[in-house]
Amino acid sequence: MNEHSNKWIGQRTIRPDGADKVTGRAAFGADTTMPGMIWGKVLRSPHAHARIRSIDTSKAESLPGVKAVVTARDIVNFTTDKPFILGIQDMRWMCRNVMAREKVLFHGHPVAAVAAATEEIAAEACKMISVEYEVLPWVIEIEDAIKPDAPILHEFNKLDGKPSNITGKLEHKLGDIAAGFAQAEVIVERSFKTRPVHQGYIEPHACLVSVASDDKTTIWSSSQGQFMVRAMTALLTGLTQSDIRAIPAEIGGGFGGKTIVYLEPLATMLSKKSGRPVKMVMSREEVMRASGPTSGSSSTVKIGATKDGRIVAAHGIYYLQAGALPGSPIRGAAGCSFAPYDIPNVLSQGFDVVSNRSKVVAYRAPGAPIGAYAVECVMDELAVALKMDPLELRLKNAAKQGTKAAHGPVYPRIGFVETLEAARAHPHYKAPLGKHHGRGVASGFWFNAGGESSAQVNITEDGNVVVMTGHPDIGGSRAAIANIAAELIGIDYKSVSVLIGDTATIGYSNMTGGSRVLFASAMVVTQSAEKVITILRARAAKIWNIDPDAVTWEDGAARPAGDNAGKFAPLTLAEIAAKATETGGPIGAGVQLNTTGAEGGFATHICDVEVDVDLGIVRVLRYTAFQDVGKAVHPSYVEGQMQGGVAQGIGWALNEEYIYNRNGQVDNAGFLDYRMPVCSDLPMLDAVMIEIPNPKHPQGVRGVGEVPLVPVMAAIANAIHDALGIRFYSLPMSPPKVLEALDLPRAAE
Amino acid sequence: MTDIRYLAPRTLDEAVGAFAAAAGAARILAGGTDLLVQMKAGTVSPGLIVDIKKIAEMTTIEETADGGFCIGAAVSGAVLGEHPRFGKVWPGVLEAVNLIGSTQVQGRATAGGNLCNGSPAGDSVPAMIAAGAIVTVQGPKGRRQMSVEAVPAGPGRTNFAPGEILVAFTLPPRPKGSGDAYLRMIPRTEMDIAVVGCGVSLTLEKGICTAARVALGAVAPTVLLVEAAAKALVGTKLDAADLDTAAAACSASCRPIDDKRGTIAYRTKVAGVLLKRTAAIAADRAGKV
Ligand SMILES: Cc1cc2nc3c(=O)[nH]c(=O)nc-3n(C[C@H](O)[C@H](O)[C@H](O)COP(=O)(O)OP(=O)(O)OC[C@H]3O[C@@H](n4cnc5c(N)ncnc54)[C@H](O)[C@@H]3O)c2cc1C
Repeated sequence: MNEHSNKWIGQRTIRPDGADKVTGRAAFGADTTMPGMIWGKVLRSPHAHARIRSIDTSKAESLPGVKAVVTARDIVNFTTDKPFILGIQDMRWMCRNVMAREKVLFHGHPVAAVAAATEEIAAEACKMISVEYEVLPWVIEIEDAIKPDAPILHEFNKLDGKPSNITGKLEHKLGDIAAGFAQAEVIVERSFKTRPVHQGYIEPHACLVSVASDDKTTIWSSSQGQFMVRAMTALLTGLTQSDIRAIPAEIGGGFGGKTIVYLEPLATMLSKKSGRPVKMVMSREEVMRASGPTSGSSSTVKIGATKDGRIVAAHGIYYLQAGALPGSPIRGAAGCSFAPYDIPNVLSQGFDVVSNRSKVVAYRAPGAPIGAYAVECVMDELAVALKMDPLELRLKNAAKQGTKAAHGPVYPRIGFVETLEAARAHPHYKAPLGKHHGRGVASGFWFNAGGESSAQVNITEDGNVVVMTGHPDIGGSRAAIANIAAELIGIDYKSVSVLIGDTATIGYSNMTGGSRVLFASAMVVTQSAEKVITILRARAAKIWNIDPDAVTWEDGAARPAGDNAGKFAPLTLAEIAAKATETGGPIGAGVQLNTTGAEGGFATHICDVEVDVDLGIVRVLRYTAFQDVGKAVHPSYVEGQMQGGVAQGIGWALNEEYIYNRNGQVDNAGFLDYRMPVCSDLPMLDAVMIEIPNPKHPQGVRGVGEVPLVPVMAAIANAIHDALGIRFYSLPMSPPKVLEALDLPRAAE
Repeated sequence: MTDIRYLAPRTLDEAVGAFAAAAGAARILAGGTDLLVQMKAGTVSPGLIVDIKKIAEMTTIEETADGGFCIGAAVSGAVLGEHPRFGKVWPGVLEAVNLIGSTQVQGRATAGGNLCNGSPAGDSVPAMIAAGAIVTVQGPKGRRQMSVEAVPAGPGRTNFAPGEILVAFTLPPRPKGSGDAYLRMIPRTEMDIAVVGCGVSLTLEKGICTAARVALGAVAPTVLLVEAAAKALVGTKLDAADLDTAAAACSASCRPIDDKRGTIAYRTKVAGVLLKRTAAIAADRAGKV
């Protein structure tokens, strides 16, 4: 890509979905209705852990207005002895998550679902379903779940031959840590705890499903992947994928939390049984009790360095809550935590632990913030012990092109050093601080991802462009894709319309997740646009009766080149489009790829806090995020991703947590007591984009959406330490915890 | 599925009549910012709703001849905020009422609803108690008056007799040199519920505190009038040591619970911290130099 020819790439164009969103026209998951539509509701477990002895739905079924009832009997059973993997999910756990089978595993676990003429009748009918439970002892916290005498969730899961709640392990190894620590002159080892936090998307899960009598099924739902919805629903209901058309709604936030299905298979079976379209919408309470969150964790990190600040060994142990069914993001925690550094000896271990909580699901760089929180806090202590500036310590050990990372790759050109240098040179790093103020820094890494994507680029008869891709747009990807298409074809941004296809109108495309969407869709759109340009040149050649190779495409028009240069007036896109029928038919091209080359993303953050030392309240005063963003195709949405990630991290660091009561139930299942930050809690979050183009991508794109959450909790913890001289080893650093810590040394005096 | 009847009477007598006749199955609707939320959550399901917003007496703010105020129970926070004089005389009461919710919530929410909802964390209640406000209630047996602190009976409960409706708050005239203030501790900066709330009203004469009232929210099953703290302030110059004594009295009066919103230790300590900060603002408004 010629840097100087950029007319649209890098521009802050108006997002195509903007007007609909600000005027309320945009249709989200709950906005679709159909004639004859009825309502579905879920009956949920009142117990944290119980065996289901029997379910009697007869009374509910006889209530006037009730059209169908489903239980686990209506959902395909994937037996526990054989893994069945779809993406990163195992259908054994998915089938048990959407509907409890042998046991209820958490308070709020679906047990049955009812469809009825109204929501009220459906709710009433749920109360009339009688379930006989054998209540079992339950366990919530990691420490309790891994005790030898802990209540076991899944008897079939064995560790060292014994039933265990540890359901997975992972290890990354580089060099020999024993030898590494033997060389170390300074070693810091600390243990950390984090709480589960919810993705906090504003739009609750919602869907409308219509199954016709021939099984042809249409699903309208809000998700991070219509193809995921199709595949999971097909597997869980026994329908074939070709019978299901999954239509993506606009999505009101996902952050990873909409990468699995909850309602779609239930609504499908209710619709199949009743013959009516069925709509289901979760309440906020249901969202909080039974969807998301990400893992709580218990970690220990040990880092050793020589006196000159060279890190020689690092060991991380990360226990992550999976919730009730296996599958926590240990790969993100163990894989990303040491990834910013060039360390010769690394051992990074992850353990997946089940307990009687709702099943975790991806949340923005799943696992990575948990690992980074521990590692980056230890790095801060190490800097103090070495009497080094914390950015200097990181610079001294920063991963670069050629560094071998413990999780596998040898890095190509990456921009981590640049984020550190930019932070060190930024006025924020030197700005004066007031009383009870403190400054902290932290860094972070996220893998990013490529994967399957499809695109179709069509030229309309009037010479405009329609681009279709297959990924729900959560972060402004339609605007960025339009920038790229306008740039490549050489036309005005307004001539490009970008749409998101459904599963019947565009080829398979993997989910919007892993920071992959622009990386992957830019590749397929670029290749499709190149094919279209080739066709356009051929059409012009035909009109001029010259060789296609003698035609160039520049500024949105075909021009004769070489010997023919100047012989014919240029043919614009509109002129060629008008003659499409005579010159060979409709003009368009599509490309489907499994994309590769999504290189990792790195960030360094600076955070200033102020502590109200009498109330224990921590306020973030100033925040600057530095990130290697590859190429910012649409800078506003890159900055938006950076700011959004930081805002979520501030919530995670300071107030957000799942609080369980004595009965194993979430006690704060709503936004009043699950305290996400509000606007007035945040300062302006400054985003400094550093553009080190990804050499493996046509526009230089790297994923940008996830890494901004990774460093935040440590940056804040380190800033609080700078303000108070007190280290916090658990999240959230909420007012009662901060005040208690402040009172400790005083009490001792 | 149950039917709900809705009435919006024009007179208080009609309202009391309908409310009393429904004998417990009815709910009064002021702004509805508690009631509708509770109905949606399924925690209350009234058969009759009596909307009081069309009753003239309940929607007016009157400045009495002696310089006091009478505020109808259905006056919203936004309307109270627009009154030309009220906020100048009772800035602490007004800031407490205006803290409730957001701009949207302010358009509906009332101090009357805040009190009758019976939450120990209601923001306007400590400020009203500190102000020495009196409420007028009317029921099938006629009208009576009671102090605001006598209204709450426990979380979600009031000491009203069956069929009684809160009509208005009366705030006394202000002697020269008076000021009031309200502060709450919330982990966020807005849209949150008080972990501790503190209202202080006091009068200064030549730098000496001659009268004071202190109230604390969210530290006991009901909002507390803390007489010991007031006593510690009266007769002093509100020096640091005096404020410390009053703060200790506040902490000593707390009977909080450990819950998702705060620990016992935290609430107890914060009650004292807020007393000092609130008293300082009230004193400043009273003209302390
Ligand atoms: C988004 C949001 C934010 C909020 N933030 C806050 C906050 O920051 N601080 C806070 O304290 N509260 C807050 N609340 C709660 C609520 O807004 C307040 O308690 C408000 O003052 C209630 O007033 P209302 O007029 O809406 O009461 P309503 O909901 O109309 O009534 C509340 C209760 O009092 C009864 N009642 C009302 N008027 C009378 C009367 N005259 N006589 C007898 N009974 C009566 C009703 O029957 C009902 O039981 C918030 C609520 C929401 C939805």
